[in-house]
Amino acid sequence: MSAPLDGILVVDFSQFLSGPYASLQLMDLGARVIKVENPNGGDLCRKHYVSETQIDGDSTIFHAINRGKQSIALDLKAEVDLAKARRLIAKADIVIQNFRPGVVERLGLAYESAKKIRPDIIYGSISGYGEMGDWSEAPGQDLLAQARSGVMWLSGNAGNGPVPIGIPIADITAGANLAQGILGALFHHARTGQGTFVQTSLLEALIDLQFEFLTTYCNNGATPPQRLERGSAHGYLASPYGVYRTQEGHLALAMTPLPKLAQALDAPTMFDGFEGTLASFHSRDALFRIIEARLRSRPAADWDRALGAAGIWCAKVLDWPEVLASDAVQSLDMRARVAGEFEVFRSPIRMNGRRPDAHSIAPRLNAQAEDICREFDL
Amino acid sequence: MTDAAIDLPLKGLRVLDFAQFLAGPVAALRLCDLGAEVIKIERPQGGDLCRAMVVNDQRLDGDSLVFHTFNRGKKSVAADLKNPDDLAAVRRLIQTADVMIHNFRPGVMERIGLGYADVSALNPRIVYGAVSGYGTNGPWRDKPGQDLLVQSLSGIGWLSGDADDGPVPTGYAALDVATAGNLVQGILACLLRRAVSNKGGLVEVDLLSAAIDMTFEQFTCFLNDKETQPVRHKSGNANPYQPAPYGIYKTVDGYLAFAMTPLAKVADLLGAPEIAAFGQEGAFSHLNEIKSLIAEIFEKRSTQHWLDLLEPAGIWCAPCLDWPGFVATEGFRALDPVQTIRSEQGTEAKTTACPIRIDGAMLKSGKGAPALGAHTDELIAEKV
Repeated sequence: MSAPLDGILVVDFSQFLSGPYASLQLMDLGARVIKVENPNGGDLCRKHYVSETQIDGDSTIFHAINRGKQSIALDLKAEVDLAKARRLIAKADIVIQNFRPGVVERLGLAYESAKKIRPDIIYGSISGYGEMGDWSEAPGQDLLAQARSGVMWLSGNAGNGPVPIGIPIADITAGANLAQGILGALFHHARTGQGTFVQTSLLEALIDLQFEFLTTYCNNGATPPQRLERGSAHGYLASPYGVYRTQEGHLALAMTPLPKLAQALDAPTMFDGFEGTLASFHSRDALFRIIEARLRSRPAADWDRALGAAGIWCAKVLDWPEVLASDAVQSLDMRARVAGEFEVFRSPIRMNGRRPDAHSIAPRLNAQAEDICREFDL
Repeated sequence: MTDAAIDLPLKGLRVLDFAQFLAGPVAALRLCDLGAEVIKIERPQGGDLCRAMVVNDQRLDGDSLVFHTFNRGKKSVAADLKNPDDLAAVRRLIQTADVMIHNFRPGVMERIGLGYADVSALNPRIVYGAVSGYGTNGPWRDKPGQDLLVQSLSGIGWLSGDADDGPVPTGYAALDVATAGNLVQGILACLLRRAVSNKGGLVEVDLLSAAIDMTFEQFTCFLNDKETQPVRHKSGNANPYQPAPYGIYKTVDGYLAFAMTPLAKVADLLGAPEIAAFGQEGAFSHLNEIKSLIAEIFEKRSTQHWLDLLEPAGIWCAPCLDWPGFVATEGFRALDPVQTIRSEQGTEAKTTACPIRIDGAMLKSGKGAPALGAHTDELIAEKV
């Protein structure tokens, strides 16, 4: 069966991670993605080395984010190239951009302009903090958006300062939100022939990520969640929820009734004096110490087996070498080797039981310019 | 603006939500925000387990506030899938649906007779979304698909926090939310294909795949770097693969987030030539030394002092806000991200709105979650 987005053309003006992640998802679902890049070095991510590995002179992460796409270099400030970009938009189903608010307006490539070129265009826009408000001009960078969103006070322990999530979570989530909005708009287009303007931002993505807690916070007289002294994993959940040190390695425990845990740990009296739901919430730190003292007697792998068999929700905490070695990850079959040696991960979505293949690395800057100019008569 | 004012993309679509807790219901919530009619199919005894999962002692009409957060705007049908009459009624409902979503463990729906093959025979146009913890094969398929546990198994705990910390999980259900997003994408893509082919499809997502996808940028570095476990910075870590000065710094009265900046520029602005002496390549090789030099400087003055110095120079930095600080900002208010929902009994609560704007409008409905089985009679009696 054909890929769901076969025949859909995405013209992607965005750079770094948020917008390109959205077009990566659309590409995995079958769309053709043409990156429009500035001729002076292209997408800034090409030169954004986060480790010393690189492929064909471009950074590893650039390839992870842009595999399977095509590239044309256009100087949007030059009239000739701008005219080419407009002709490309005339043939596109979807346009994506993540410039700072105001930039596409100045270039004459904002939604209203694109709509004049192609009335049924689906136009996806990602900003840092929305288009209004006093942060709209601030750099839409992942760590800074995390800093402003309150998310840094959810991870880590009570004695810590702010603990950022060590993943570019705002970028990835905003990209996923944009992909969802665009897909909804494509469906709408199939039924009505109409285009749609889809907008989101890093800040909206971070609010949405925290929505479970933030809703609690908005309705509880603004009492912020409290991190545990140690092993914290969730500010509003009762004991034993958290991460524990064992004799060797760490063990995560999820929601579990304490009496059931005591039985599984073969220490039926360990929680005496802490009966009831309220105690399991209000005495989380004391309970943590009691549980950890017990868990220190055996390695995490032993506990994982023993407690798992007793129906306790637990997991040994793994690092990446262990993760990759696990049968579970191997059976998901997400790794792919492209262009000889380069390893990437494939889409997290399976369609009719199949995961889309990853065929190629990212394009060199301007690699498909000639073909694209010919095909679209630019 | 609310949904009454714009033509929502998924208007007229019917989604059956058999899922409980988070990932499945949140995917259905997004489809609901985009205009679909979402009907929860719940067991008559208590319904979705999330109704009883009260955190922080907050409820609305007897159900947990969290349940309302995930299920606002939906309808509810109570049906016992082990009872032949109820099952027959649900099958009739499936014939009227465009999408169904479930997150039972692998094999459960097949045993009930509602696996994809059965459902597709009943309604070939249906798009069938299945959420699992670890995929449908492999040794972990029967483990509980719970967010913290999958974070632990997928290495995520070793990316946040500092070098000497143990594993630090993200303090919210990151994988559930990401998995929901993946499911929405797959379902929408299949709906689009259906508009051309007239055939539905099976979309499968799982928390473990979402964990890998969510870290794909760094995981790809790891894969192509001889599979060496990344090492978190000694202090103020925000991404193990980023060079100095990337991270968090303490000031006299708070904390400052400091993103990618060339070392020469850092040295210049902070009046610290010893930082420039490392050369730009030192940003990786002398990462912790450089960060500790910067930390000594930042901790002497207030956050605002540094923002006033750095922001005009175009440096990427921000104060680290907590929620009281965040919701009080103009930046938060400008997004207008909060909506008030009303339960069937008229109780009000505040929650966040869909993070996607369509044609410039926020998608807000004001509806709370349904009482268990509130729409059973109306929907089961409906003519097919």
